Amino acid sequence: MSAILFFEQGLNGIQFGLMLFLLAAGLTLVFGIMDMINLAHGSLYMIGAYFMASFVQATGSFWIGLPLALIATAIVGAVLEVSLLRRLYGRDHLTQVLATFAIILIANEIVRIVWGSQPIMLNAPAELTGPVALPGGLRYASYRLVIIGTGTAVAVLLYLLVTKTRVGMLVRAGASNREMATAMGVNIRRLFTIVFALGAALCALAGAMLGPILAVQVGMGESILILAFVVIVIGGIGSIRGAFVGALLVGIVDTGGRAFLPIIFSTFLPPQLASAAGPAVASILIYLLMAVVLYFRPQGLFPARG
Amino acid sequence: MKRAIAVFVLLALFPLAMQAVDGMFYVSLASRILIYAIAATSLNLVLGYGGMVSFGHAAFFGAGAFVVGILAVEGVRSAWIAWPAAIAVAALAALVIGAMSLRTRGVYFIMITLAFAQMIYYIFVSLKSYGGDDGLSMPGRSTVAADVTLSGDFLWYYLVLALLALVLYALHRLVHSRFGRVIDAIRENEARAEAIGFPVYRYKLLCFVIAGAIAGLAGALIANQSSYVSPSLLHWIQSGTLMIMVILGGVGTLWGGVIGAAVLLGLEHLIADYRIGWLASLAPNYQDHAGLAVGAVLLIIVMLAPEGIAGLFRRRRHA
Amino acid sequence: MKLKMLAAAALISPLMSMSATAADELKIGFLSTLSGPAGGIGNEIRDGFNLATKLAGGKLGGMKTEVIFADDTLNPDTGRQLAERMLKRDRVNLMTGIVFSNVMLAVWPTIQEAKTFYVAPNATPTSITGKGCSPYFFSASWPNEAHHEAAGAFAQSKGFKNAYLIAPNYPAGKDALTGFKRTYKGTIVNEVYSKLNQLDYSAELAQIRAAKPDALYAFLPGGMGINFIKQFVAAGLSNEVQLIVPGFASDQDVVRAVGEPMLGLFDTSQWAYDLDNDANRKFVDAFQKEYKRIPTLYAEQGYTAALIIDQAVKDAKGKVQDEKAFRAALMKAPERAKTPRGQFKEAANGTPIQDYYVRALVKDREGRIVNKKIATILHDHKDHWLSECSMK
Repeated sequence: MSAILFFEQGLNGIQFGLMLFLLAAGLTLVFGIMDMINLAHGSLYMIGAYFMASFVQATGSFWIGLPLALIATAIVGAVLEVSLLRRLYGRDHLTQVLATFAIILIANEIVRIVWGSQPIMLNAPAELTGPVALPGGLRYASYRLVIIGTGTAVAVLLYLLVTKTRVGMLVRAGASNREMATAMGVNIRRLFTIVFALGAALCALAGAMLGPILAVQVGMGESILILAFVVIVIGGIGSIRGAFVGALLVGIVDTGGRAFLPIIFSTFLPPQLASAAGPAVASILIYLLMAVVLYFRPQGLFPARG
Repeated sequence: MKRAIAVFVLLALFPLAMQAVDGMFYVSLASRILIYAIAATSLNLVLGYGGMVSFGHAAFFGAGAFVVGILAVEGVRSAWIAWPAAIAVAALAALVIGAMSLRTRGVYFIMITLAFAQMIYYIFVSLKSYGGDDGLSMPGRSTVAADVTLSGDFLWYYLVLALLALVLYALHRLVHSRFGRVIDAIRENEARAEAIGFPVYRYKLLCFVIAGAIAGLAGALIANQSSYVSPSLLHWIQSGTLMIMVILGGVGTLWGGVIGAAVLLGLEHLIADYRIGWLASLAPNYQDHAGLAVGAVLLIIVMLAPEGIAGLFRRRRHA
Repeated sequence: MKLKMLAAAALISPLMSMSATAADELKIGFLSTLSGPAGGIGNEIRDGFNLATKLAGGKLGGMKTEVIFADDTLNPDTGRQLAERMLKRDRVNLMTGIVFSNVMLAVWPTIQEAKTFYVAPNATPTSITGKGCSPYFFSASWPNEAHHEAAGAFAQSKGFKNAYLIAPNYPAGKDALTGFKRTYKGTIVNEVYSKLNQLDYSAELAQIRAAKPDALYAFLPGGMGINFIKQFVAAGLSNEVQLIVPGFASDQDVVRAVGEPMLGLFDTSQWAYDLDNDANRKFVDAFQKEYKRIPTLYAEQGYTAALIIDQAVKDAKGKVQDEKAFRAALMKAPERAKTPRGQFKEAANGTPIQDYYVRALVKDREGRIVNKKIATILHDHKDHWLSECSMK
């Protein structure tokens, strides 16, 4: 077990965590401000990836396709919010869960109808398909480094947006006390639509950037959705800072667990048991993490509500 | 009561009708629907009557199935041992999960039940010797005596039908008992029930465990249905599917689970197998996209229920 | 109330679809993985199968042929239910199509129970060819371990001192690494099983980098292989480790997705697009004309499966229901049919006895990236588990 191995796995964990953050940020805002459980968040991630693949194919350029995909998904998000989702605010959680679950089913089918049921091709830009030499002798995939860079940049931008701009202030006000914010005259409806569209764009960014590494296929949203929910529960609902810390925590624990637990187990368990127990414990590790965090801090690490 | 008997008589005649038209395949399909009806009914107990939005119900369903599957592969095929074991394990799981989850409220409850269900899913999937990702093939169905296996579509259908009747009757009695009325009160207004002096936590937990046990029975049956246990039974999407059945059929109603299972599975089957001419000329591939119809129907029901699903809670007085 | 009526109607409506199979009609159930990350494989097999059927005028063995397609989505449970429907409701007299071994194993008891013949265009698990052999199973592709035994022999012949192995954790994955280890005599650095349908291999690649093996043998079919190779190259490992794969992980489907970074890769296969025989030239030309792309080994398998069915039905004079006669015809069919890989024999356990080639990824004269045959590594190779089968 070398230092390079730790370094590489650490980077992998951060990369994964930052992408989770993009999803969790939108999710936690929607949940915190509009008090809505949105299972369809994963579908926006999927749609973002599909738009990206199509735009890249149409324009021949990754970097032109990216902003197009973000805008397209933001529009889809806004339309969804205005037409359907805003009727769910104020309803009980079960209704929201079921309605957004239905949207997942519908979105999956629509994507299947428009793009077919085979996964579609999305490749990293040609200049980023090779490795980059990092200090310490590690040659790490350059594209993954770009993901880390992008994720960090977005995190910083979001932080600035939320703490230093007027819109951000409104968002924070809405998150900590919606009734008061409305009473103070904030145009809540427009704010909600903006927040939702922003969340959709973040999802699209994650989907577009992860597309080349994973696969652009129907149902890709569901697996990452659960993780995003775990992140916001750990981080604290409504808190961007919580989403950031939670996402990194989940990313590192999950990646580290999957990478190192099997090795650790094989040192003191018979090989048969180790090869079965390793992956099992690694998978449930983040759920254990969530349970532990909730035990000590039932509202999450950085609750937004006062 | 009369309606119930009429329905059961119809259901009992069904296999005879199928035999006459050489449609025994449909008896097998119908058994599957009835088993899911039992599973959905158990969820209705905890969701509809108990008001607890558990997104992890599939864990108990799948656990019951895996208990039967693992015992069968290890040589214990007797239904008298395996099925009670499945029910017991599912109830135990419900006890443990419920004890921890019911301390939380609202969305945290939903998330925790979901998380626990996922944990159970990953644990079972990691058991490579019991199928892992691919599922567990059983040597055959459970046995009731030395050499008597429960194979044969006819016999199996009637057994499942009888068990469904039993479950519905038990639920009916439960709901109209003192326990049922307390659960009702807790669902309507938990703070008030607490103030009156009811041990709310204990009642909810008991309700949760009973529902889990019934789901375990359904699991034992589904394992037997195809002599095969798939880990997807434990997945959160399965929990979602059971919820859809409950919503379609009627939250908090006695027959909700049955209707929901029949409509959802029946609809999927109908769409996939019968080409509707004029629809096919508009959209030749429409049969591959049954999910669209299911999603749309679900969405419409959820959005248009005037007071939301909660409204259905209040209207359920008539059950 | 209305809902209950609807439900009852749903249960009773099957009256419309009682189907009986006419005696002079061939109904084939094609159950395959047609969607999802591995869906490309099923589609290739289907395209090959359909091409052969089309070239035979829609009549295999001279009989009117109806092929019923169904998608198992790589879900053993779904596969089981679909197989049950094909056998019990649609009354198919032959089944084929399954891509993945886990689905195969889940579906096999149902097919056996229905006493229906199954012609495998892909997955041929060792548990069905060894002790569990059955007269109803016929493979038109290869025994699961064959390509990997070929690869092991190749790695051995190239003198690699040590090798790192990776495959997905499912029956064929385990078969794969077992096969490789049988013929490769060097040191095995590590044997890793990833999750089936896993997409991100960053963790595994980091381990490989740390282990510094001479050669890496990776069995990752379909979408898994595409992602793995892309990430392998992106991590800079293609300059440090020689990658050897079975033909599944590097054929045209992967080439279309990955492209140039794959040049220089070696793989093993039962067929190559440039095999020198008339049947193969006919196949490759017809396939390119029909589908506008170079066929993969999967397409060849589907095509050959159809040809074998065609030959067998012809030789058995259409008597698919006569088990003895049809099985005898099936067993002799590979020697008589003109398949793209040439004639081959079928062993008693229902597996082909044939040659295996080493191919390399190079550019052809037109600049296309193709799998060119460079050597025959195994001749008339038999399934290792043949001895465990009690049938003769």
